[in-house]
Amino acid sequence: MTANAWIQLGLFLAVLLAAVKPLGWYMARVYRRQPCGLDRVLGWLERGIYRLGGFDPQREMTWKVYAIAVLLFNGIGLLALYALLRLQGILPLNPQGFPGASSELSFNTAASFVTNTNWQSYGGETTLGYLVQMLGLCVQNFLSAATGMAVLVALIRGLARRSTETIGNFWVDLTRSTLYILLPLSLLLAWVLVSQGIVQNFSPYQPVALLQPATDADGKPVTGQLLPMGPAAAQIAIKHLGTNGGGFFNVNGAHPYENPMPLSNFLEMLAILLIPAALCYTFGVMVGDRRQGWAILVAMLVIFVPLAASAITAEQMGVPAFTALGADQDAGDGQAGGNMEGKEVRFGITNSGLFATVTTAASCGAVNSMHDSFTPLGGLVPMWLMQLGEVIFGGVGSGLYGMLMFVIVAVFVAGLMVGRTPEYLGKKVEAFEMKMASLVILVPPIIILVGTAVAVAGPGLRYNAADTGEIKDNLNNPGAHGFSEVLYAFSSAAANNGSAFAGLTANEPFYNTALGLAMLMARFWLIIPVLAVAGALARKSCTPASAGTLPTHTPLFVVLLVGTVLLVGALTFVPALALGPVVEHLQMMVR
Amino acid sequence: MKIHHMSASAKARPLFDPPMVRRAVIDAFQKLDPRYQARNPVMFTVFVGSLLTTGLWVQSLVGSGQESPGFILGISVWLWFTVLFANFAEAMAEGRGKAQADSLRQTRRDVFAKKLDEPRYNANITQTAASALRKGDVVLVVAGDPIPADGEIIEGVASVDESAITGESAPVIRESGGDRSSVTGGTRVLSDWLIVRVTANPGETFLDRMIALVEGAKRQKTPNEIALGILLAAMTIVFLIACVTLLPYSIYSVRAAGQGSPVTMTVLVALLVCLIPTTIGGLLSAIGIAGMDRMIRANVIATSGRAVEAAGDVDVLLLDKTGTITLGNRQAVELIPAPGVKLEMLADAAQLASLADETPEGRSIVVLAKEKYGLRGRNVHDLGAAFIPFSAQTRISGVDLDGQQIRKGATEAIEAFVRNRGGSLPSELRQSVEQIAKRGGTPLVVAEGSRALGVIYLKDIVKGGIKERFIELRRIGIKTVMITGDNPQTAAAIAAEAGVDDFLAEATPEAKLRMIREYQAGGRLVAMTGDGTNDSPALAQADVAVAMNSGTQAAKEAGNMVDLDSNPTKLIEIVEIGKQLLITRGSLTTFSLANDVAKYFAIIPAAFASTYPVLDQLNVMRLATPSSAILSAVIFNALIIVALIPLALRGVRYRPAAAARLLRDNLVIYGIGGFVVPFVGIKLIDLVLVALGLA
Repeated sequence: MTANAWIQLGLFLAVLLAAVKPLGWYMARVYRRQPCGLDRVLGWLERGIYRLGGFDPQREMTWKVYAIAVLLFNGIGLLALYALLRLQGILPLNPQGFPGASSELSFNTAASFVTNTNWQSYGGETTLGYLVQMLGLCVQNFLSAATGMAVLVALIRGLARRSTETIGNFWVDLTRSTLYILLPLSLLLAWVLVSQGIVQNFSPYQPVALLQPATDADGKPVTGQLLPMGPAAAQIAIKHLGTNGGGFFNVNGAHPYENPMPLSNFLEMLAILLIPAALCYTFGVMVGDRRQGWAILVAMLVIFVPLAASAITAEQMGVPAFTALGADQDAGDGQAGGNMEGKEVRFGITNSGLFATVTTAASCGAVNSMHDSFTPLGGLVPMWLMQLGEVIFGGVGSGLYGMLMFVIVAVFVAGLMVGRTPEYLGKKVEAFEMKMASLVILVPPIIILVGTAVAVAGPGLRYNAADTGEIKDNLNNPGAHGFSEVLYAFSSAAANNGSAFAGLTANEPFYNTALGLAMLMARFWLIIPVLAVAGALARKSCTPASAGTLPTHTPLFVVLLVGTVLLVGALTFVPALALGPVVEHLQMMVR
Repeated sequence: MKIHHMSASAKARPLFDPPMVRRAVIDAFQKLDPRYQARNPVMFTVFVGSLLTTGLWVQSLVGSGQESPGFILGISVWLWFTVLFANFAEAMAEGRGKAQADSLRQTRRDVFAKKLDEPRYNANITQTAASALRKGDVVLVVAGDPIPADGEIIEGVASVDESAITGESAPVIRESGGDRSSVTGGTRVLSDWLIVRVTANPGETFLDRMIALVEGAKRQKTPNEIALGILLAAMTIVFLIACVTLLPYSIYSVRAAGQGSPVTMTVLVALLVCLIPTTIGGLLSAIGIAGMDRMIRANVIATSGRAVEAAGDVDVLLLDKTGTITLGNRQAVELIPAPGVKLEMLADAAQLASLADETPEGRSIVVLAKEKYGLRGRNVHDLGAAFIPFSAQTRISGVDLDGQQIRKGATEAIEAFVRNRGGSLPSELRQSVEQIAKRGGTPLVVAEGSRALGVIYLKDIVKGGIKERFIELRRIGIKTVMITGDNPQTAAAIAAEAGVDDFLAEATPEAKLRMIREYQAGGRLVAMTGDGTNDSPALAQADVAVAMNSGTQAAKEAGNMVDLDSNPTKLIEIVEIGKQLLITRGSLTTFSLANDVAKYFAIIPAAFASTYPVLDQLNVMRLATPSSAILSAVIFNALIIVALIPLALRGVRYRPAAAARLLRDNLVIYGIGGFVVPFVGIKLIDLVLVALGLA
């Protein structure tokens, strides 16, 4: 890594960590329903929403009722988005006149945005009109993020409360997350992003003449270009803040209208990790011991920093094949050096490698470079981060609740080692919690491994093109790299990340359906056991800490937690990774 | 303090007693029954894998195998060994209990009992077989008779030999009423006679339950064991899927690379068995049984494994002052004369008042007078003195000698005695009394007629070493609470001297029960010991309740453990055994999971050697050939179970230390150890295979 890379990484972490405490403190006030400032301005709206929906904000829910509310709400969201996508052709605000999406694509996209995955089998500017983007996707960006945060808060209440059946009110948590956290932050970010050149309009696409004429593949001259337009800034702000990641345009954060400047790039990366990091602090405040929140944040950083450094280093090292050709791959004043294939010149190696790490550490999935073009090890980092279960920061809310499940497993093994029935924050971890935590930790690997196995066994290798009926390959690349492409797609779906390795044609029935199912299963099969744990923990009384209690805020515990995440979360993928990026890397080095 | 008064049979048995090993080997094969194997998901997976590879071996003999028959046989044999080793571990753990059960059974020969028609000594006797006695029957047991069944003494006092149960050869006194009124079937009356009401039907007696417990016949999984089992099963499922999906991955890779052949079933089974947590899975039930066994060797019978496990979780120990914290008897340590009284005079009076007093306190006063004040012992009868024994009405005792009325007793009682004779207690003397009470002592005031002569300071003697034990307990986060009938002042002083964290003074059974409930409401787990019937409610409420074997039947029923030694200090040992059980499980789980890293490095390059030869760079151990690499990993996986059997049976070493420290130490030993050991082990096995020409 170059000195410049270290400085950029350091600056990024410094700004991120500086924001953790104030934002975390603020969010704790929001969830504890204490005055937070904004409630004075928007309180009428909050109350109005409750009245409109007929919710009693004072009524507490048991975990089962809470889970039903989550499922019901997201189910309705899924149907509404599906309908919008199908009916796009007859809806207004569609200046390009795009037709309705196919049923598999509509299912895939609806599942994708409701689950906070934002996997995109389509290209935004060539498929969707403005109404669907705004009313469908942008709205789900907010609501899926708020759902994740609500579930987390319910789990935190389960840990903090004692001897009670209830874990809060989903409608209140959802409304307050959206109204007091996601909306104001998005507004602020969108406003800054517009200043950097991101578009926000309802104009039709703009034809412009090329300054430098070019020829197409057939040798015909190309003189003009059609520039896509739209209400992008609003959606891009929440796309990052809500760890959604669904791009307004096809190439996502690499598009100049989606991420034009180094500053916009910095802010977008910051926005991805901002809420997941700050939620650790919120957690600490809400359980009455801030050290607990810091310990988890440190554990996340302990995994994040080396992986970010590895990705940047792997990319900076370049490709031996080019070295053999005599190409200069060293960083210098005139060039970024390293492997620049698939990267934007305005971002270079560091900001591409860091972005890739950030977006896959969190379950965001926005990209500013093509992960498919990364070196094998550079590509292994984002893939592995997703396979860890999106717990290194992870999605807003979902990352921390996933991490807390790992904490339960770590506490269980460690607790036995100190000679007591394991307990976390005074709550005994027993068979039921282990059952649920095991589900949360083990369901995603199973989806990833089985999905990949089915795909490479045949169904995911070839497809019939919808227009011509011709049989085509799904994979752009044969060999180990092709395997990585499929593995990455299922990792992304099952981790609710949504980033694509690219190089895989996924807009066809098999992948649209398989990945859509993977996203739904990974999201809601996990939310239910998490809420079940919340309910079970809330019911328990709290054992006061003593010298015999395992401390869960010490460096030692951080080491243990990191070890658990790596051993339990990642060992499963060693054989698969060996056949994908690892062998690809070794082959690259040998040749 | 008595530690490890083992019952005779189990006393000096070594860990690997040859007859026991022989029996365990046979048991290991008997446990191959699939119905039995299915109870443990981890080992059942290995069992199925063994069957599968055996089938593959047969297939290869016929000539259509994917690997050489020799290799498949090697894997298959070692997989069977893995299953057998786990069975053996369990059988070894059970073996100790079985041996003890056998010796217990010998004491349960069928005897004839003297059944009484009515509960009177000279009532009509019917000779009845012990096995025909039912609850509520009344029997007479005379010297030399074995006690035919568990029961409650309704009349009589006798010395009883309980060595069959406790291993303690000294006879104990059993009598009707009070807290020593229960007798156990299988013990023997040595002197006098007892009339006993039978309290247990045949098959439900203490001896029967004890036999069942030590045999582990009705062993149920404990809560922590279940939770751990869930984690291990989940890991097994995910590794199963990781291995099964490897087949399509491999087929794809072969096609993509254009070389090699797909990974074989044998290798996949080998990889699976190496990855799933067989070490802890194979030893899990042995660890649990061995934990119960350690309790039994400490002469504690736990009614369930759950109780043993709960012992490790205890946060609060309720300890009776007398017998646990202090020696049973108070001793006189000082004489404080009233103003104007010579010390010699007080000493003389105190000695005279105590000469005929046979209580330990009385005797200690005579000893003090002799040792500290140089007064020779005298005989009350020689002096012609009349002994006035202690009575509940007057609450004083003493002698009448030459018209002198020398008395000693509690302050209020002596004050009343003196006032009746026109005297009063000087204020200085009252101060001395208060000071003694404040220091935790018991003041006895001595008076002669209307004149108070001074105070005897009776002191509770705190047991040697007990303070250090409490410091240890505090270090591991356990709060100690002293229970005493003393007044709060006295209790506070003794509590301070012994170093307990809290005390309950003027304790009544209701107060005890209330205290336990309060602690439990605060989320704490409470352990206590008790022997009397009035302890029963508290024993039933406590999470870990140890009844003294000498106690009443009601107390034993209410508790979840019985201490055969009737040693209240045993509670501390019980807690340690509980903790050790959990630590052993946690440590071996960590070890087992950490093992996987090395096994990947052994198997993955070998499994895909033909497709991607470049993966050989991951063969960091430089294992000779793909087949020797896989075989070495499988052999290591089997042998590590055997190697850890002693640890599983004995439990990992436990030192009382704070949780953070224990975690650090165990994480270093079993976490890092678990990471490193297989690298070394697999390499060594590979070298041996090469040396034997098997690679």
